[in-house]
Amino acid sequence: MNAPFPALSPALPEIFLVLCGFALLLYGVFRGDRSTRSVGYLAVLALVITARLVIGGADGRAVTFEGLYVVDSFARFMKVLVLLGSAFSILIARGYLERENMKRPEFAVLIVLATFGMLMMISANDLISLYVGLETQSLALYVVAAMRRDNAKSSEAGLKYFLLGALSSGMLLYGASLVYGFSGTTNFDGVARLLMQGNHPSVGLVAGLVFVAAGLAFKVSAVPFHMWTPDVYEGAPTPITAFFAVAPKVAAVALFVRVLVGPFGEMVGEWRQIIYFCSVASMLLGSFAAINQHNIKRLMAYSSIGHIGYALVGLAAGTEEGVRGVLIYMAIYVFMNVGAFAVILSMRQKGRMVEEIADLGGLSRRQPMLAAAMAVFMFSMAGIPPMAGFFGKLYVFLAAIQAQLYVLAVLGVLTSVVGAFYYLRIIKVMYFDQPAPAFDGPVEFEVSAVLTVTGLFTLLFFVFPSPILSAAARAAAALVAG
Amino acid sequence: MEIGLAHYLVVAAIMFVLGVFGIFLNRKNVIVILMSIELMLLAVNINLVAFSVYLHDLVGQVFAMFVLTVAAAEAAIGLAILVVYFRNRGNIAVTDINQMKG
Repeated sequence: MNAPFPALSPALPEIFLVLCGFALLLYGVFRGDRSTRSVGYLAVLALVITARLVIGGADGRAVTFEGLYVVDSFARFMKVLVLLGSAFSILIARGYLERENMKRPEFAVLIVLATFGMLMMISANDLISLYVGLETQSLALYVVAAMRRDNAKSSEAGLKYFLLGALSSGMLLYGASLVYGFSGTTNFDGVARLLMQGNHPSVGLVAGLVFVAAGLAFKVSAVPFHMWTPDVYEGAPTPITAFFAVAPKVAAVALFVRVLVGPFGEMVGEWRQIIYFCSVASMLLGSFAAINQHNIKRLMAYSSIGHIGYALVGLAAGTEEGVRGVLIYMAIYVFMNVGAFAVILSMRQKGRMVEEIADLGGLSRRQPMLAAAMAVFMFSMAGIPPMAGFFGKLYVFLAAIQAQLYVLAVLGVLTSVVGAFYYLRIIKVMYFDQPAPAFDGPVEFEVSAVLTVTGLFTLLFFVFPSPILSAAARAAAALVAG
Repeated sequence: MEIGLAHYLVVAAIMFVLGVFGIFLNRKNVIVILMSIELMLLAVNINLVAFSVYLHDLVGQVFAMFVLTVAAAEAAIGLAILVVYFRNRGNIAVTDINQMKG
């Protein structure tokens, strides 16, 4: 068997990024802890260049590495989101790392390597590349969660994330082995072709699909596989929580959509029930469990579970409109969440990070701009027009109604009303409650820059929605047709 | 009696279920959970190799190699995190991993 050397150009962004990761690692090791800041900025630069390479890549669909790797408009859209999320997280982490005595260059390196894993996940076109990409991502994330080696909470978060993550990888892998056995191929196109020929899916294939879906539901933290999320979000250092809330979520949702709509597109009747259930349960838990939280990072964890529920509404529809809804939702989700976490990162009193919602009391009088930015993000997450979050919800619910999933759409609207309660409570605390002790010093440059960008995006999305809407439409069309 | 595909699949399924139960029912220590995770991954490997032989297709065995490699990396990282955790807490009993709840 003399296979020709595979075409490398479709994978150029990944190759560039992983080489940058290694170069940064060497640089960080040689320069020691002094290099934390420069490694951080260089990592952001590498991520931005990678995003440019992703956008500048040839149009259309390209498959390489013997069918293991695919790049299409869908992959490009999701990759840009992931890269943006990672770059924002490294930027807002700078001040935190310096203050909290965590000046270690490997932080940015690990995020770059995890991002590389996510890009591979998004471009996976085979169960093997899916698994290897997923693990490349996860192994870096486990380490990042336990970054604060001297902190019991952080190491507990890392341990929990590792144990449950390994369990979910095991389930996904068992499903993958069943899919391989009962379809005879690990390639997504091969599985799709098999099902397209009108072969009735065997019981083994359905069981494999269920295991794979369970493993992926774990990674996106959809109920009933969400139990790790609040603990990991609370225990991990705040900038790392911000990273967890955006980049790995987007990558896992991308993988989820690609696996279900791509190879298993013909089995929509089977998987729709699973997604339907996960979506309803996530929306309910995300809105009700968050009401009692007083730690803002835990609240954001439940909020992200809820958001995944809404995104899955679009996936449950299983149509092109549904996929487009998921893409728009995830794009808006990245900006809202990065912004909200940038505000949380500014919450420190007397040199210590504080995480209680009550600590935000009277913020509008002390730091009106910060309070206004947080209010924008909270209104957006609650889905109040004209903020961006409203449009995210609008498009997924619209897709659900077009797919005649009326109950799902109605439940989604009802739970977002419940969810609005706890988002609005934060705004009430900031604007009407007794002032809490003031936060330290001015907000650092990186955080305020990220806040400005994400805040303006969230606030003004309704003025210029068309670039994202049309890019999402193209991406969805590429996936559903492809 | 000839040993066919079904026997291998049943063995793998039993191992996999044992692994999952090992994770959830175990009240003693985290090392046992790590062993259970390995058991699950090995069950998957039996599945893959059995299917590979049955289908006369090498991809399954290649996949099994990848799983072995990743499992080794995963165990290394898991033990490293466990060591960090032990330094902070002084024990690794499963019931004590409860600093955060709610």
